[in-house]
Amino acid sequence: MIEIKNLKKSFGKLEVLKGINLEIPKGQATGIVGPNGAGKTTLIKSLLGLTKPGSGEIFVNGIKLNGNFDYRRDIGYMPQVARYPENMKVNELFTFIRGLRDQEAVFEQDLIEQFNLSPELDKMLRNLSGGNRQKVGATLAMMFDPQILFFDEPTAGLDPRASHRFKQRVQTEKTNGKTIVITSHIMSELEQLVDHVIFVLDGNVRYYGTMDNLLVESNETRLESAIAKLMEQPMGVAV
Amino acid sequence: MNKLSHIIRSELKSLVRGKWVMGYALIFLALTDVLLRFGGGGPETLLSLSNVMLLFIPLVGMIYGILYIYQSREFVELLLTQPIARNTLYWGLYLGISIPLMSAFVIGALLPLIWHGIFMLDAGSSALVLGLGAVLTLIFVSLGFVLGLAFYDDRIKGFGFTIVIWLFMAILYDGLILFLVFLLGDYPLDKFVIIVSMLNPIDLARIMVMLEFDISALMGYTGAIFNRFFGSAYGTITAAAMLGIWLVIPMWSGLNVFNKKDF
Repeated sequence: MIEIKNLKKSFGKLEVLKGINLEIPKGQATGIVGPNGAGKTTLIKSLLGLTKPGSGEIFVNGIKLNGNFDYRRDIGYMPQVARYPENMKVNELFTFIRGLRDQEAVFEQDLIEQFNLSPELDKMLRNLSGGNRQKVGATLAMMFDPQILFFDEPTAGLDPRASHRFKQRVQTEKTNGKTIVITSHIMSELEQLVDHVIFVLDGNVRYYGTMDNLLVESNETRLESAIAKLMEQPMGVAV
Repeated sequence: MNKLSHIIRSELKSLVRGKWVMGYALIFLALTDVLLRFGGGGPETLLSLSNVMLLFIPLVGMIYGILYIYQSREFVELLLTQPIARNTLYWGLYLGISIPLMSAFVIGALLPLIWHGIFMLDAGSSALVLGLGAVLTLIFVSLGFVLGLAFYDDRIKGFGFTIVIWLFMAILYDGLILFLVFLLGDYPLDKFVIIVSMLNPIDLARIMVMLEFDISALMGYTGAIFNRFFGSAYGTITAAAMLGIWLVIPMWSGLNVFNKKDF
């Protein structure tokens, strides 16, 4: 359960978030879309505590964010760019994060198998290909079985097979009742994975609702054309 | 506490593997050994070592701190999304990189001092030089951290400031004081000179070395002032206390910036 109340954030003179109000119930799979620079990343970073709100409030599972960190025990995050210390092996990284979180890595073996990471475990992270680093990131996000999962452009560097495996995995997590938030520019991917869409434009939420509803309202059959239509309309569909 | 040592150990391991720190230790090992072999092996050797140290350690420490911030950017951000306090993470990362660098200097310089017998002969002076090097390492690594966090998105500016601060503190500062003294020689400047030299940690370390080896007489006017003031127990304690404050301020401001920063 994520609740955002009138969240505003500026960097210098640039107003990135202009009063976001959102409520993402438990167990919902949500896609965040919007043009570059619309404020998607800042929104996710605010939820993760990386960026502090200018004003407004954020609640995660009923806990108000104020620089505290315990609420992140329930959050798994897969960043867009995965870069790790060069002189660390993959399994050392897993051990390191395990020690930091002090939680049981329930799905570690499961995910290693699913993403075919076993041959990479003893390699240095600097020798890993971009795609494999992304898989490591996905494993780190999901291995502690957190209730809330954030994926930032998750399949950007993955090959078709890995991308397919990843989507399968997300589907499983979804059926297990996890709250899932994905940002992506690949609309077909979102169509497969999520059933709610948040459309962010210029720091405001332009649309929030089910994907089916969006398609009906915009009279389109594909998410991509529906979003394109939204971007062109000056006022968009009412929230 | 547990998590803190977990971070430090992991950083340490990955640094030792990088061989970078090993090279740094070897440089000081070779340097000290050569100085001892060709420098006669008296207190002059310790003096030469401290001259190199006063110039070298601040630069390496700052570059090392700022490079770490720039290189590990994405990783630090990933760590920040884990359930761990920013305080803990800051101390873990800072100690995890400054302790190895500090040990590299101390061990690298200490070994030749031991096998040439200087350490046994003059333990106090040796310990002072090594200790000052260790403290300077801690100060300048955290200054590098502060600069890296302050110029997070602007690396050119970050490195630029690093070089300028180093040039100013390590090289220009002394000259500027002397110039001022020369210019305003008709006025009583004792207190001014003492206060100004306390604002620079490298100067403080230099003064402590000078006093230890009793060479302040060679420094003319300022030397005489330093000797009169710092020669007393009161002066030495003040200098050490100021160095202590210098140790705390960059660390504290680094922590402050880290805690407030939007990553």
